[in-house]
Amino acid sequence: MKHIKTLSGATLVNSAAKGGCGECQTSCQSACKTSCTVANQECENK
Amino acid sequence: MIHKFNQGGKYIVIDVNSGSVHVVDQLVYRILDYYPKLRVEETIKALSKDFKEKDIHEAIEELKFLEKEGLLNSKDNYFQHDSFKNRRPVVKALCLHVSHDCNIRCRYCFASQGDFKGNRLLMDIDVGRRSIDFLLNNSGNRRNLEVDFFGGEPLMNFEVVKAIVEYGREKEKEYGKNIRFTTTTNGVLLNDENMDFINKNMDNVVLSIDGREEINDYMRYTVNGKGTYETIVPKLLKMAEARGHQNYYVRGTFTRHNLDFSEDVLHLADLGFKNISVEPVVAEPHHDYAIREEDLPKVFKHYEALADEYVKRHYDNKGFSFFHFMIDLHQGPCVIKRISGCGAGSEYIAVTPEGDIYPCHQFVGNTDFIIGSVLDNTLNKEMYDSFSEAHVYNKEKCNSCWAKFYCSGGCHANAYNFNKDIMEPYDIGCQMEKKRIECALAIQARLSEEG
Repeated sequence: MKHIKTLSGATLVNSAAKGGCGECQTSCQSACKTSCTVANQECENK
Repeated sequence: MIHKFNQGGKYIVIDVNSGSVHVVDQLVYRILDYYPKLRVEETIKALSKDFKEKDIHEAIEELKFLEKEGLLNSKDNYFQHDSFKNRRPVVKALCLHVSHDCNIRCRYCFASQGDFKGNRLLMDIDVGRRSIDFLLNNSGNRRNLEVDFFGGEPLMNFEVVKAIVEYGREKEKEYGKNIRFTTTTNGVLLNDENMDFINKNMDNVVLSIDGREEINDYMRYTVNGKGTYETIVPKLLKMAEARGHQNYYVRGTFTRHNLDFSEDVLHLADLGFKNISVEPVVAEPHHDYAIREEDLPKVFKHYEALADEYVKRHYDNKGFSFFHFMIDLHQGPCVIKRISGCGAGSEYIAVTPEGDIYPCHQFVGNTDFIIGSVLDNTLNKEMYDSFSEAHVYNKEKCNSCWAKFYCSGGCHANAYNFNKDIMEPYDIGCQMEKKRIECALAIQARLSEEG
């Protein structure tokens, strides 16, 4: 495409299928302890 | 729903529901002011002064293609998805308050300078063991569990920390689990012996320091009033070095006294730290150091300045990681986790030296939020369920927010502290979070296109 470059596709849609296993790190536990950011966590079920 | 913004010379479009992120040219960026609400002819009329008709047609065709592929204006169907409907949260992470005492005094300490509004108290090994048992017995089929030693200052009770780790290692085998231990420390008591133990046994370490010496020492000082910077910097650097500059964070707090916090982040990077997290203070508005609405333009300016320098240092081979700029667009958490949020009060709980269970460390000291006890293995189901249901679809403000799948509804404790309702997010926090997400995505766009 000439006008648009897609950095990432439908990652959320694809993640729903096998999502929710809960094996990933608890977000608040990792570094912040005050301000919640979940999107920078890693999936353990790649 | 889409969100578009322009930062660092990049025009970025997020398709919120699919998670797709696009870098577009100025034409597409402008078309999206009208598309798909207006007809093509009307859009051409609106933009004909600045763009050629042929180009507008071409760009609209590209947008239509994205829509067809489910990458633009996609629908949110997750609420009905089986993975969401069938989720059954279990306790998988503990914040163990091994010490309700602290060897330094911080002006902004949410824990009332270490005692959490109660008696200065250390956890004993019996409560520690019962906490591990509670976690193992309430974690269902989850294999990976987490235990963070927190305080006050955990190193003031290090013998108990060691005994709890030893107990956890013994029990995890019995239960077929994997416990990841972490600790938070202000660094004052770090020495060769405890560093060695921590590095052999802890998956992550959070080392508290605010940045520049005068900034750190104004907020973080000893009982005698002496700043901590000089004492802790060599120790924290030694720790980072010993861990091979991996699996640790130096973690600072900024306040309205250092709204130019980007300088503190860069100072920490200049000292040699590679993993840095500096976050806004969360404080009631009457405190002189609390961040106010009127401070936000300056805060945003410094997030952008930090993003610029972050990219520059990456290309100069002097890169570092800033916790809030780290968004993995391809292998981040699944949407179910993003909907569910931080997990406080459902997947994550805090245990005090007395054995009381709270939804998370931020609630400790507010006895209305005691959710159970590890001494008699109780957990208040009603309160547990209310926290489990505090997800983005049940928060009115989050439902219509473009950032909901990035921040996942924000911090329940902040929401409660400001609005007396865990379902109503803390607005200033939301605004800063959105800015951080934009910066993180702009960095990704710049590294991807310029790299």
